[in-house]
This record gives sequence, structure tokens and C-alpha cells, in this order.
Amino acid sequence: MPKKLEKVDVVVVGTGWSGGVVSAELAKAGYKVVALERGEEKSTNDYIGAKDELRYMSRKYIMQDLSIETITSRTSMDETALPVRTQDEMMVGNHLGGSSVHWAGATYRYNPFEFEIRSEIEKRYGKDRIPEGSLLRDWGISYDEFEKYYDRWEKTAGISGEEDPLGAKRSSPYPNPPTVETPNLRLFKEAAKELGYHPFQISSANVTQTYENPDGEVINQCQYCSYCTHYGCDFGAKSDPIVTVIPTAQKTGNFELRTHAYARRVTYDGKKATGVIYVDMITGQEYEQPADVVVLGAFTLANTRLLLMSGIGEPYNPKTKKGVIGRNFTGQFNITFLGARGFFNDKKFNLHMGGGALGATFSDLTGEHIDNSETDFLHGGGVEIRQYGDAPINNNPVPKGTPSWGKEWKEKSLFYANRSLNVWFTPGVLPWWHNYLDLDPTYKDAFGDPLLRVTNKYTDQDRNIAKFGIEKCKEVMEKMGADIIDVDEVPEEFDHVYNGAHYAGGVTMGTDPETSAVNTYLQMWDAENLFVVGASAMPHFGDRHPTATVGALAYRAAEGIEKYLKEGGGLLLKPEK
Amino acid sequence: MTEKNTNQASDMKKKQDAQQEVDGLGRRKFIKNTGLVLGGVIGGSLFGGLITNNLKSEPASTDTNEENDGKDARIFFNRKEDFDVLKAAVERIYPEDDNGPGAIWLGVPYFIDRQLAGEFGQNGKDYMQGPFKDIHNTERYQSRLNRGDMMLEGLRAMNQVSLKKHDKRFHEIEGEQQDEILKAFEEGKEKMRGASSKSFFQLLRQMTIEGAYADPLYGGNRDMMGWKMREFPGPRPAYINDIESEEFVKQDPISLKDYQP
Ligand SMILES: Cc1cc2nc3c(=O)[nH]c(=O)nc-3n(C[C@H](O)[C@H](O)[C@H](O)COP(=O)(O)OP(=O)(O)OC[C@H]3O[C@@H](n4cnc5c(N)ncnc54)[C@H](O)[C@@H]3O)c2cc1C
Repeated sequence: MPKKLEKVDVVVVGTGWSGGVVSAELAKAGYKVVALERGEEKSTNDYIGAKDELRYMSRKYIMQDLSIETITSRTSMDETALPVRTQDEMMVGNHLGGSSVHWAGATYRYNPFEFEIRSEIEKRYGKDRIPEGSLLRDWGISYDEFEKYYDRWEKTAGISGEEDPLGAKRSSPYPNPPTVETPNLRLFKEAAKELGYHPFQISSANVTQTYENPDGEVINQCQYCSYCTHYGCDFGAKSDPIVTVIPTAQKTGNFELRTHAYARRVTYDGKKATGVIYVDMITGQEYEQPADVVVLGAFTLANTRLLLMSGIGEPYNPKTKKGVIGRNFTGQFNITFLGARGFFNDKKFNLHMGGGALGATFSDLTGEHIDNSETDFLHGGGVEIRQYGDAPINNNPVPKGTPSWGKEWKEKSLFYANRSLNVWFTPGVLPWWHNYLDLDPTYKDAFGDPLLRVTNKYTDQDRNIAKFGIEKCKEVMEKMGADIIDVDEVPEEFDHVYNGAHYAGGVTMGTDPETSAVNTYLQMWDAENLFVVGASAMPHFGDRHPTATVGALAYRAAEGIEKYLKEGGGLLLKPEK
Repeated sequence: MTEKNTNQASDMKKKQDAQQEVDGLGRRKFIKNTGLVLGGVIGGSLFGGLITNNLKSEPASTDTNEENDGKDARIFFNRKEDFDVLKAAVERIYPEDDNGPGAIWLGVPYFIDRQLAGEFGQNGKDYMQGPFKDIHNTERYQSRLNRGDMMLEGLRAMNQVSLKKHDKRFHEIEGEQQDEILKAFEEGKEKMRGASSKSFFQLLRQMTIEGAYADPLYGGNRDMMGWKMREFPGPRPAYINDIESEEFVKQDPISLKDYQP
């Protein structure tokens, strides 16, 4: 029997951008908030001098411990799923701040197109362009309604950027100026311009000047030290929850952080959530934390799994296509981020210098701006070049045809270490009836609970859009003047490698409880005091990186929760069907 | 041999230069640029790190022993023969050439030995519960063996192939003959117990590269020669002053030993 604790106003699971923003906002509003985080407590102190590629990038030191929990994965319903066993195949955050600490920080708003994708496609290309078997639908909220939440999150995070020449309307400019334009980024931009595109500097959570956010938190200036993606920041200069929303919550005196607290169930009385059951991983003691409002911000996979294990909401059944929990799973996997790599024989770049979000891009080919009337796919994608700051273990590009080891490999990998640039395409990903999440019938976690099972396969849509993107990247690389250009191959099938934490869906938002689990305040239709925050709410994967939208969704959810608590309950939005 | 010694002497000198640069100009500029000191918003932690770094400048290791054997000993590999096979294999994967030393000189075999003795070799943070339904899967890790055992099985399998084909142990045959065996394992053509030979080879290759380029504190990348060969400067506080340069900025490396507070 779990030990029952005293009731609080709000209990939040997870401390990334999702859980962190909600915690800060509600604690500021005067509510008693308890946050449960399965990992350790971390602060900037933990990351000082942590410039160790082997430990952080190769060994994924601050990512999820798979010996406790992982997922299983297969491509179709008639296969037996196998567990994703090693950290080389899985990237999900752990510890205070979650993935939102070791993220790279490339920050994009989704285009208006994404929010009303089905209506837009029908309007532009006709109803019969909606592919059979896709679960494409509008999100239930428009960009214009959503804009203020983007604005709020960008200010909290001190996002540093310049306006996308093709971007949607903004209510205010970015709070900080863009990152530096390095020679390789300039080369990309010049090539893109020559091809008629509209390049700009990627907006970034690597903050470009010392910045105080509206909550009074100070983020330091990025030094482009290169130990960024996969790492916690050495200088408190990458915007993340541990330098922003977590300290903001802590300052209120209304916030209690419990680390090593592994949530296993949401308790539910058939109408409402009553609290969270978790295990203190230090003592092994199990607790029940009752609360008026329960918030899940444990990331796409854990959000979905916690609901399935708790029996809240109807699980999605691909055979009947009914049910909502686990539905609309999408992700940017090995068929995305493909493009062209150029090798320059006479040019050397300072590739070991950089920052996670340092880069350039253009939006001309995104779903918003592309013309799909003649394409053999729907949607579009961003074209990007990044300058992460390449460390030597994980960056050894060589031209195709070079052996992968031995004398020739060594020679070429050393020669091209600072002479190779990569341009890639980030396509939108559509939801299909056959890609979904449920509980695995065989494999168990360390507590004996079933693992989450992913069923995900590629369609011609995925392969065709990837092919298109690669071709466009190649054209840019040609203009950039590379001596050797290698293009990526389009994989036939999903490789079950979960890189980059770009996975969405499972608890999606919408207006119709038949097809969505939460309304646009991320309030569950089936439990009005349960709010499920994160990319789990996205009905499809937009053609840019997800986290600005995750942060903005968290602000919207926080607004909803506050309203809910003030008004004393009820659904904040009524179903529209 | 002589060439390597000269390299080392000049490397020592370069290392001192690098240290001076870090202690002096680099850091002062860095502090100024952040604007933190004036603003008074500096985290104690950050500042502390910089100060400590200024005081630290340990001399580089002057160990000239060819294989590091004088200094190191094995933890994971009980049998010397397994270790001999490993040494021969990693040197073929990352050979000594005109650019500089190969895997053995860099200490890669000892790096691998230590890694396998620890969490990584034991798959401490991986999911290792059964059932194991597809142990020879070449694309996904589905073996029931942990990495340490996979390495032993693979090295011994390579040795067996060598004995069968050439009547000599793997580390006694010619380099080209070793390459042939390695290639067969890389392509998954040889059989081994408990995992595909392809998975074993990938592990061997991955760990060889790690040993050449990980921070020297792990026992490989001796004297930061792995980094020097590719002009990688190691962990540094800031590139904000150099990153816009049109020219390639060459800096001699420093390691965590010099960097960490
Ligand atoms: C290497 C990498 C680079 C990335 N780069 C970018 C980028 O450049 N741009 C971009 O937009 N996105 C990027 N992302 C994605 C980004 O990290 C995520 O979108 C974002 O962090 C999600 O925030 P979240 O709060 O929803 O989840 P998280 O930040 O992952 O937080 C979830 C938290 O919940 C905790 N938790 C989970 N389960 C439990 C449980 N059962 N009990 C208690 N606690 C639990 C976790 O420990 C974690 O702290 C990147 C991701 C990775 C891995």
C-alpha cells in the first residue's frame, strides 16, 4: 500500500519545459505545486566543466536509464515488437529539466498551416488529396489564437533570432538578436539566395547576450563553446528549465520539487484524477500524492504510457480505429533530417566551434509555402545547415566509397574533419491509422509494469517527401561549391532508432472527443482535472523542430488550469461534435 | 620512431603555448565579453570555474613508452591472448600512418579494457531483460550478451578463424590477412556465439574511435595526439572571439585535466 500524503493543489509529473512552465505559472498564481521528477536534482553547477564527449554524447549520461524503463518497437501490427535495448538507440531526457536541458535549442514557431492542416489542404488542393488512411485533422486552435503563447515562451526563454522573411505575423520581435553568421553559414545563405530562397539565421535558445527574462531569471551569453546538444550548459547560457522556470517556481515558496520520484499511476475515480502514485527511488517507498489538479509533463512516451496504465481514456484500437489514447503517433526518425553532404578540398571551416542552435535555414519549401498540387506528397519541410561544434568521436564524415575503417578511412576522416558541411531537410510527418502506441504484452519495466509499445512504419508519403528534400539539399550544396557531394539514401523502413526526442502524439488535442484525448487547453475530455502537456498533444508532426510549440502549449495549459481552479471545475471547452 | 620523438618535443612546446594562451588572453577576453563581471549577475559557479582554471596548469605526461605497457595494466581482459588479438585488431582499424600514431600508441586497447570493465561493458543503463528473441539481429541490439562478453566472444571467434585459415593466431598473421578477417566480421559473414559478427565488429570499431578521440582521462588519446591529428582543440571555454574568422583557427588542445574546475 502506498503511503498517502496530504493533498496539494497541483501535482505535476516531469520538469522539462512542459512540467516546468506549468509549475512556475501555478506557483506564481499562489497554488501549492508539487513536481515529481524521476531523475536527480541538477543545476548549472552539475554541468560546469562537463565538456566530455564520451560521457555526454556517446554514453548519454543525462538521458533515460533504460534498465528501468524503455519501449518496444515494431513496424506493423502482425509483428512481435522488440525492446529498444541500448542508449545508442534511444534519446529521452532524465533528471531535472529533462530533454529540455540537453536539447540543441533550435527554435521555430509552427506555421499557421500546421494548426489547420486538414482544412488548408482541402482548401488548397481539394478534399480528395487527403490520403486514405491518414488521420490528418486540424488542431482545434488557429495560429492567431496561439501566437500569444509563443510570444510568452520566447520571452521566458530569451530566444535569440531574426524574423523569418516568410514567417507568420508576430506580436513582438525576438527578445534577443540572432546568433553569429559564420563563414559556412554565409556560404549556405548566399547559395540559397542565388536559388531564389529566403534564408535567415535559425532562432536559438543559445542566448546571444546576457538577458533577464520577465520572471527575473538571468540567462548568460552563449560562448559558442560547442558542448551544447546532449550536454547541460557549462555557463547557464542555453535556455532550459533549470535556469528559467524551475528557479521561478522555487522563488514563490509555493513549489516543492521531489526528485528520484518515479510516477507509476494516475489515480482515477472514473470521473476525475485524484492524484499520482510514485516510488521514491532512493528509499523504495511508494507514495500517493493526492491533488485537485494532476498534470502530466513526462514527454510523449511516458504521458501516453501513464494514461494507458492508469486506465484513463479509451485506448486506441487500430482495428476498429476507435479510441484515442495512443492515436496519431508521429515522429521525425531516420527518414527525416536527410539531405546532402559536401566535401571541400580547398576550404577549411572552424567546425569544432559552435552552438546547438547555431545555423541557417529557409522556409520556402515548408508546408505553408510549397505548392503541393503537382507533388507526389503532401506538406513540406525546412532546409537547414547547423554548426553544432563537431567533436571528434561522433563526427567523422568521409566521401561515399571510402572504407569505414583502416588506413584510407583514417586519412580521409582526418582530412575532411574540418572540410565537410551538411544540409538537411526537416519534413512534416503525417499521422496514419497504423502508427500508434499501446502497452506491450510481453516486456516489463523494473517495477513489473508493461512497457510502451510503438508501432510505426513508413508510407510512400514519407519516402517521396524525403526524396524531394534530399534533391533540394543537393541543389543548395552544389551552389555552395562542394567538390564532392554525397546524398543520403532514403531508407525503405523505420530502423527503430529513437534519436532527438522528436516524437509526438498519443494524447492529442482537438475539438472532438472521438478523435482527440484533450481539448486545446490540454484538459482531458475524460477527466476534467487532468491536463496532459507536451508534444503528446500534437495531432501530427510539423515541419520544424517542436519545442517552441511545446513551450507555448505549456503556457496555454497553465492558463487553462488557473481558470479551472478559479472557476471551481468544469470543462473549459465543450466538445464540438 | 625518431619522427615521433621530434613530434613529441614540439608537442610539449605547443602545449605550453596553448596553456599560456588559455591562462592569459583567452580567458580575460572571455570574461570581458560576457559582460557578467560588470553586470554582477555572474553565477558563483561560473566564475569559480574560471579562477580555478587559471591556477591549474599541470605538465603533460612525458611517458614515451611505446605501448603504454609500463604504465597500464589490464582490468577486464584476464587472458593476455584476448588482449593481443584486440591490440592487433584496433591497430588495423586505426593504423599508425604519416598523420601520426595508431590505436596502440594512443592507448586504445587500455581504453577499451577499462570501458568494458565498467558500466558500458556491463550494459548498466540498457534494457537487458528477456525474452531475447532475435540475438543475431544485425540492426538492433538484441543480444543477451553484454558488451564485455560480446567483445570476448568476437575476439575469440576472430582468433579461431585465423587459426583455422592460417594456422596462426590473429595477432601473428600479416596485416592484410587480419583485414580480411575483420572485413568478414564487418559484413556479418562469420559466425559467432550469442550475437552477429557484424554487431561485434561495430562495437569494436566504435570503441576504437572512442579510444582515439575521448578525453585522455579515459586512458586513450594519449598526449591528445588523436585530437592533434585532426586539429581539435579539446574542451575550451569560448570561441566567441574566433568563430566568425574566415581562416581556420588552429589551437593546440587542452584536456579536461586542464579545464575542469
Ligand atoms: C539531443 C536532443 C536535441 C534536441 N534538440 C532540439 C532542438 O534543437 N529544437 C527543438 O525544438 N527540440 C529539440 N529537442 C527536443 C526537445 O528536447 C523536446 O521537445 C523537449 O525537451 C520536450 O519537453 P518536455 O518538457 O515535454 O519533455 P522533457 O524535457 O523530456 O521532460 C520530461 C520530464 O519528465 C520526466 N519523467 C518522465 N517519466 C517520468 C515518470 N514516470 N515519473 C517522473 N518523472 C518522469 C523526465 O525525467 C523528464 O525530466 C531535442 C532533443 C534531444 C534529445
